[in-house]
Amino acid sequence: MKKVFARPTSLKDTPFHYCAGCGHSITHRLICDAVDQLGIRGITIGVPPAGCAVLAYNYFDFDMLEAPHGRGCAVATGIKRTLPDRVVFSYQGDGDLAAIGTAETFHAANRGENITVIFINNAVYGMTGGQMAPTTLLGMTSTTSPPGRSAPLDGHPIRMSEILARLDGTAYIERCAVNSPQNILRAGRAIRKAFQYQMDGAGFTLIEVLSQCPTNWKMTAAESCRWVDEVMAKTFPVGVIKDIGKGEKHAD
Amino acid sequence: MDKILISGNWACGEAAIRAGCRFYAGYPITPQNELTEYMAEHMRQAENGTFIQAESEIAAVNMVLGASAAGARAMTSSSSPGISLKQEGISALAADELPAVIVNMMRGGPGLGNILPSQGDYYQATRGGGHGDYRTIVLAPASVQELADLTMEAFDLADAYRNPVMILGDGMTGQMMEPVVFGKPRPRRYSEKYVLKGCGAGKSRFVRGLILDALRMEEHNWKLVRKYNVIAQKEVRFETFRTDNAKLVIIAYGIAARIAKGAINRLRDSGYRVGLIRPITLWPFPAQILRDTAERIGNFLVFEMSTGQMLDDVKLALDGRARVSFYGRPGGVVPTPAELAKAIVQEYQR
Repeated sequence: MKKVFARPTSLKDTPFHYCAGCGHSITHRLICDAVDQLGIRGITIGVPPAGCAVLAYNYFDFDMLEAPHGRGCAVATGIKRTLPDRVVFSYQGDGDLAAIGTAETFHAANRGENITVIFINNAVYGMTGGQMAPTTLLGMTSTTSPPGRSAPLDGHPIRMSEILARLDGTAYIERCAVNSPQNILRAGRAIRKAFQYQMDGAGFTLIEVLSQCPTNWKMTAAESCRWVDEVMAKTFPVGVIKDIGKGEKHAD
Repeated sequence: MDKILISGNWACGEAAIRAGCRFYAGYPITPQNELTEYMAEHMRQAENGTFIQAESEIAAVNMVLGASAAGARAMTSSSSPGISLKQEGISALAADELPAVIVNMMRGGPGLGNILPSQGDYYQATRGGGHGDYRTIVLAPASVQELADLTMEAFDLADAYRNPVMILGDGMTGQMMEPVVFGKPRPRRYSEKYVLKGCGAGKSRFVRGLILDALRMEEHNWKLVRKYNVIAQKEVRFETFRTDNAKLVIIAYGIAARIAKGAINRLRDSGYRVGLIRPITLWPFPAQILRDTAERIGNFLVFEMSTGQMLDDVKLALDGRARVSFYGRPGGVVPTPAELAKAIVQEYQR
């Protein structure tokens, strides 16, 4: 019998603490799949965020260095510049990347740091209990936008991937989702491609993952998967946002 | 060894590079810009040297955190308002037990304050500065030569205790020029086992400060305290100056101690028996020499270019054993030795 699916070897055999239906665990597995397929477990260093994925090092079986909230790209910069032949990625949520860490993310991208960012966009602060995120949709309720996000009072959802794509230092940016088998396969390919670009010295790569959060969205897992397609993707359309082509070494 | 005339900020940068610092990230702020500029010019010429002008002081210290974990001798520098921003990262460095050197060329505060020499960040430097139970080793140079020497030593101390070390200078230490002979740096002794560089075929590691379980967090806190106790026992540094047969002892650090020496020399010439104890490590604070001195001298005057911060540590150390008075000029005012001498004479008569 041929084995067609297995737990990636760089994913520890530990039950996830994430809620049922959460996109984090799927994305973790996709990262580990990519690491395995590229054979880079021994040279990968991950940077977990503050937030639901703060315990990511319980699952990823390669070296990891915790970053203070929002500083993932700065910490990853320090690692990568010191060890340029390692594969360095930062794993960040929307509050981490697009609110408190906007400056660090933006400038690492602008410097063309040869790192990869896995950007989990679930439109909400998950671990702290469902507050409004920079990516919360207009009209979407949260514990800090109880009547729904109001553009004049709360501002608009930020499309960080589109903003970062305008910077000359970025090489590859794609927005994916993990709400269906097809989208999961596509996200896995994107993550692998981003790591490959980094190994080729292409520059800053970022994969945004629309990630369902049934608990804070107050939906069932199945409802949250449908909601990603039917609602969230209207504001955050999935697809390749920028791709300079593989292996083009970014100018110093 | 060649003696050269060099500014404090440049000497600090040169000493760091000679000590094997290979990662520097900084952000412009007066009065430490010359240090960042020196690193910009010289760090990239060093083998595997990295210089990054960061987008903020916060980013700079977090880059240092990453570089330190990855095994580089790493440094960042700033001045007072920028050091406030770095506290998040310094707390993280202490939690993760990562070595790093942070230079603070203090200026007048609070708030934006001004860009003149001041000593208003003593509390912040010696009490940890950021959140949580931790300590930072704090070295206070009083000359450009000492700044160069302590910069080299700071890297050794940071490695030895896997802890952030702060060099606490001020606008004057940073910007004045003095003759310097650079010492010979010691070879680095830092175990590879602490370096996060990818797990290879071995077991993966993580470096983190997050410990959700209360009992394990508590144990980490006590573990840090045990380390701090060793530092407090072994790493106290101070200088005594003309304390023999003194009737009054001045306690001052950094550039204030230089002013105090001028005042003391002048007063000794006029027959006043005054001396100086100069803490070189502000944490750990040289409490024992103060207590020992108080056994024969009952009159202490603390002089700071602040409203009185080290004063607290002096009082804690002496614990009522001697009379303690204070003279301070905050806000960027640098008093002359003559002015300080007048203040000393007033307390001397009491």
